[in-house]
Amino acid sequence: MTPLRRYLSLYGALCRISIIQEMMFKVNFLLWIVVEGLWFALQLAFMGVLYEHTDSIGGWTKWEVILLSGASQFLMQLVSITFMSNLTNLSEMIRTGKLDFFLLLPVNARFLISTRKFEVGNVVNALMGLMVMGYALHRLRIEPSLLQWVGFMILCGAGFVVHYSMMFLLASIAFWTVRAQGIVWSYYNLFNIARLPDAAFPRGAFRAVFTFVVPMLLVSNVPVKLLTDRLGSPREMILLASMALGCFLVSEWIWRRAIRQYTSASS
Amino acid sequence: MIARPGMSKYLHVFAIGIQNTLVYRVNFLFRAMFGLVPLMGTLYVWRTIYAGKAPGSLIGDYTLQGMISYYLLVTIVDALTAVAEDDWQIAADIKEGAISQFLLKPMDYLTYRLCLYFSGRTVYTAVAILPVALFTLYLRDSFVSPSSVGTAMLFTASVVQAALLQFFLAYTMALLAFWVLDVSTFIFIQFAFEYICSGHLFPLDILPPAVARALQLTPYPYLCYFPAAVYLGRIQGGELMLGFAIQSAWVVAGYGLARWVWARGIRRYSAAGG
Repeated sequence: MTPLRRYLSLYGALCRISIIQEMMFKVNFLLWIVVEGLWFALQLAFMGVLYEHTDSIGGWTKWEVILLSGASQFLMQLVSITFMSNLTNLSEMIRTGKLDFFLLLPVNARFLISTRKFEVGNVVNALMGLMVMGYALHRLRIEPSLLQWVGFMILCGAGFVVHYSMMFLLASIAFWTVRAQGIVWSYYNLFNIARLPDAAFPRGAFRAVFTFVVPMLLVSNVPVKLLTDRLGSPREMILLASMALGCFLVSEWIWRRAIRQYTSASS
Repeated sequence: MIARPGMSKYLHVFAIGIQNTLVYRVNFLFRAMFGLVPLMGTLYVWRTIYAGKAPGSLIGDYTLQGMISYYLLVTIVDALTAVAEDDWQIAADIKEGAISQFLLKPMDYLTYRLCLYFSGRTVYTAVAILPVALFTLYLRDSFVSPSSVGTAMLFTASVVQAALLQFFLAYTMALLAFWVLDVSTFIFIQFAFEYICSGHLFPLDILPPAVARALQLTPYPYLCYFPAAVYLGRIQGGELMLGFAIQSAWVVAGYGLARWVWARGIRRYSAAGG
């Protein structure tokens, strides 16, 4: 078996186990979908309230901002489906010493830690994001071309890598401070920045940090701007792609350092 | 001093709670700092909205300065009253059978948790004071002092009541652990409503008047919007008295509900884990 085939079949098995586990608690499974949907509705309601009092935020109309909310919801849910709960668990694995078990398996440890649990319920919430996007596009009377959709998906992929790497970085803090459960949850706060139009932020320290250090103002803004023909040049697309690469490399570097100095918690 | 022996054990609980939560100080610092990020995002959005209007325009009856001071107060009220880990810990105590010891000891579980909540808030506020103070300094043009000593006292009273209400709400939600396996979904659903209806996201009086008035009938505005509005002097005279009356009524109702749900739950309790 080639390594890729081997990892794909491994991922398939992990997904299968996760789905079986989820189905043991069906009501809970459905309730989580409701919870995520409710928080999304709440964000949309907030935008609705803002646009009761204005027609434009830095040149973005109501439905453009809703489109952006839908896209960042879609991205965030993709992260939730695949990585989020696994990364929040990392600190607990370090604290209890369970991490040892994963380090000993003949598989890339970072892969296994990141993908162990597959949250199938969030697929529904990701689709909600897409549906809201579809409705917003309809209200905007925009019909993106196939090429734009392909570009959108590729850029979302880059945004996805950014989210994953940033979260992984935060989770790795647990290697140095033991009580770190809450830290990955803080990432929800950064997601909140990602759903705001970049035009609302004047040039300055805040915008620079959230573009070039923690690129939250790129991850969903750039894909949406591609769909709505707001990109004058490919500059921002290249920036997002290179930030994705940069974030991933930094997270890998930190991971290797962390693993090198890791001393197990239990015997 | 007959009441002393009864009180002192809870003072010990408070002291132990402080020691235990100090372990979480890094967590708290992260939480306080990261919590400011979306707030700054919201403030930038408001600035951009105001910038798109004629200078001096009002939204609801807020100027840009007024809007920013509102959010500053929300941050302060939130640091003073938010429930951090309490609800999860209560639910875990029930799940793991740790409450059994309270059924045997001369210690009341609700009071015990209330002391821990206060110690948690004390540590959190001590940790959060640095980022929040820096943030206030950054927005110092919009920071207003309370208009009088009376207003400051009323604000303090409303924050204390908000904290109690917040605690009873979280406590009651956590007690659902007597009936269901996983309370976190219920807690998050409740929190979603609280987040939008309590005025965390935006001041409630920019909503259409009918909606704002309907919300006043729920407990949510009294958790956050009401203390902030009292501080800013947005509520005066008879309305102020009425607000305090309703807030107190909700605190009493919250207490009653917490006691009642506990009494029902304890009958179902099977002391898992002995």
